[in-house]
Amino acid sequence: MVKKDEKISFEIDGQTCSAWAGQPLLDAAKDNGIFIPSLCHVQGLKPAGSCRICNVNVNGRNMTACTTRVSAGMVVENHTPELNELRKTIIEVLFVSGNHFCPSCEKSGNCELQALGYRYQMMVPRFPYEFPVKGVDARPDLIYHDRNRCIMCKRCVRSITKDGKHVFALNGRGGEHLHVAMDVDLASQLTEAEAQEAMDICPVGAILKKEQGFLVPIGERKYDKAPIGSDIEAQNG
Amino acid sequence: MRENILSIIEKYQKDHRRLMDILIAIQDTYRHIPDEAVDILADQLDLSKVDVEQTISFYHFLSREPVGKYAIYLNDSAVANISGRAEVVQAFEEELGISFNNVTADGLIGMWDTADIGMNDQEPAALINGAVFTKLTPKKVKNLVAGIKAGKDIPDLVTEIGEEVNGPAALSTMVTNNIRQKGAILFSDDYEVGQALKQAIAQTPEEIVTEVKQSNLRGRGGAGFPAGLKWDFCRQSGGDEVYLICNADEGEPGTFKDRVILTELPKLLFEGMAIAGYAIGAKQGIVYLRYEYRYMQAYLESILQELRDQNFLGKNIAGKAGFDFDIRIQLGAGAYVCGEETALIESLEGKRGEPRNRPPFPVQRGYLDKPTVVNNVETLCSVVQVILEGAEWFKSFGTSESAGTKLLSLSGDCKNPGIYAVEWGVTVQKLIRRAGATNVQAVQIGGPSGMCIGPDQFNRQLAFEDLATGGSLIFIGEERDLLGDFVVNFMDFFIDESCGSCAPCRSLNVILRNKLLKILDGKGTNQDIDELYKWAGVGRVTNRCGLGQTAANPILSTIENFRHLYEDLVETNENFVSTFDLKDSVAESNAAVDREFVLPHKTR
Repeated sequence: MVKKDEKISFEIDGQTCSAWAGQPLLDAAKDNGIFIPSLCHVQGLKPAGSCRICNVNVNGRNMTACTTRVSAGMVVENHTPELNELRKTIIEVLFVSGNHFCPSCEKSGNCELQALGYRYQMMVPRFPYEFPVKGVDARPDLIYHDRNRCIMCKRCVRSITKDGKHVFALNGRGGEHLHVAMDVDLASQLTEAEAQEAMDICPVGAILKKEQGFLVPIGERKYDKAPIGSDIEAQNG
Repeated sequence: MRENILSIIEKYQKDHRRLMDILIAIQDTYRHIPDEAVDILADQLDLSKVDVEQTISFYHFLSREPVGKYAIYLNDSAVANISGRAEVVQAFEEELGISFNNVTADGLIGMWDTADIGMNDQEPAALINGAVFTKLTPKKVKNLVAGIKAGKDIPDLVTEIGEEVNGPAALSTMVTNNIRQKGAILFSDDYEVGQALKQAIAQTPEEIVTEVKQSNLRGRGGAGFPAGLKWDFCRQSGGDEVYLICNADEGEPGTFKDRVILTELPKLLFEGMAIAGYAIGAKQGIVYLRYEYRYMQAYLESILQELRDQNFLGKNIAGKAGFDFDIRIQLGAGAYVCGEETALIESLEGKRGEPRNRPPFPVQRGYLDKPTVVNNVETLCSVVQVILEGAEWFKSFGTSESAGTKLLSLSGDCKNPGIYAVEWGVTVQKLIRRAGATNVQAVQIGGPSGMCIGPDQFNRQLAFEDLATGGSLIFIGEERDLLGDFVVNFMDFFIDESCGSCAPCRSLNVILRNKLLKILDGKGTNQDIDELYKWAGVGRVTNRCGLGQTAANPILSTIENFRHLYEDLVETNENFVSTFDLKDSVAESNAAVDREFVLPHKTR
């Protein structure tokens, strides 16, 4: 779909950008030094369009930037008060519908949900906490799966496989039953490297490697040092 | 078990895209999907077990736990509730000694709540192993349970038959069609199968597309996309493998028009499909039939065979060399969201019914990634009359922007629930009169995803340019608790039926419902109403599909049109602290003196 022989130009918040025709808008923005926040997108994976945080306005319509492919002359609004408010709302929804206790989480400082909470200046969520009852599955040797922290971005569902078979998959549906299920047999066969990959692709602390923790002290982690997206924006000077 | 499951898998050529059919067959046989079946399926289809389970767990009528040799699925829609559902539930529970959503100890009978089964005109209604039992009463329940305990087969439990049209052996159902008003386009008396098809094949496919475009026929499922344009886009996508899908997944609570078409005039639908197939160059048509309507599957199959015998389906149809087209029926398994066309396609391919990201649109890449047209049952039926009578004739009905007629399902608090074929442009007031509804507090237009209006808007028209609807009106009488009995029910429905993919749809609707319950519980303030309204607007702009974009409509439209109902419930005393619960706080002392707690001020 991406045409690597056709450069096009388009506009984000008045800034002229260039990209390969057909590139996902979110990736194209990144290449132009513009940060569009997302929790489900990973460059190279099939876009899921599930967290909805990358909502932008494309030619007058709200679209998710991860699933929209750039075309010549596209006019995109990204950093507007309305869109930022929507993003903050969704971040808060995710916080209250799971159990996110940052101080005790191994992912603190590397967690993208936490980092976006800071970036969008969430103080206290406007919604009441639901404190849902969710399970932890620690049966595999190398990883454990804590559904309290899962935001159902489907990154692991889309990417982590063993012998070509999905280790993680959705289960159930709807606001009160949907969760990510782990295939324990397959998860138990993951190598060290695959287990690390599973932990790293998770934007929050729902998949963690066992028997190691706090190797990097809190305070010295990725988003402790610089806000999420600032590396992308630094390209823009 | 193993041999049997292997043979089911073999029947579908070990094709994972037919997983839905395979799972339904297994569920039918074992009354659940046993562990062993999941293992065999994963092994045979080269999937992980969680992959197999993600499809199973998506659908209401597929279950990992036994649902009972006789599985009773009792509709729990709002209209069922106001039609005496509680008494029916009580009767079932008393007869069986178990509560709902359980199975008797011997595994014989299970009772389950289920979302709207398309019988709003004859509630309370239930499905028992696929057969429909309507207008249930405690007395009927007693007889049913006695029959089941005596080991009767399902057909023997059906003691009454609807109208004549519901009588054929392959159908033989107690469902009544309740057609109250016929129209020129649907249910005209002079329909003769094959006429339109013969007329169509005398023209080129391009000419058919042009005629349908000129008729301004818009999709009858709710979204209203111009049918001719959709066909044209599909043709432009090219390719030699093209699919036509009939969306018979009528799941919007309160809507049952397609149910009536399917049993009243199935040939009209199949002829419309053949014409559409000819126009877009499809060789294969698929009817995606909602599981709740599986009672008509055998009958529809028999009609398809009749049409094949008459050469209206099959090869070289009606003598036209090279025009090959056939239709098969595939069942859903209980998921409202599958009425969304891309979710429907996912389901047809054996997956969870999650709407796809668009573009690409189905006309570009649809079923099996091939160009696909998905049309509603009623749309395809309308095509037949467009071809027979011409675009101009069709446009002579309705309004300038909404051509033709519309089938409406009317139900709720009225004397004459049923099906009405009306011209677009009819006012709500007129329909209230025809249905024999009196003292109407509100009318729910287009089901829970539509809007709720009050008397000051009853002069509005049903039309794409005013009140657009996929086809239903629910009348709500003055005596009803609009918020408690309807809005809560509708929100619960969307929370259950959301696929859960989009974060705001999955989680925000739960927050909204809980806030509504807080207000209903007498613990709300004016600020809660304002917040509820503001938060309810988020899904409309952030969610991917029609379900997510409209799921908060029950709250949005009742705050807009019935704000006083909310205001009557909230506390206006500025010293009120909503987090303090008087009842809880005095519970202990009340218990000590053995006294009931009575709230000293207004509450529900």
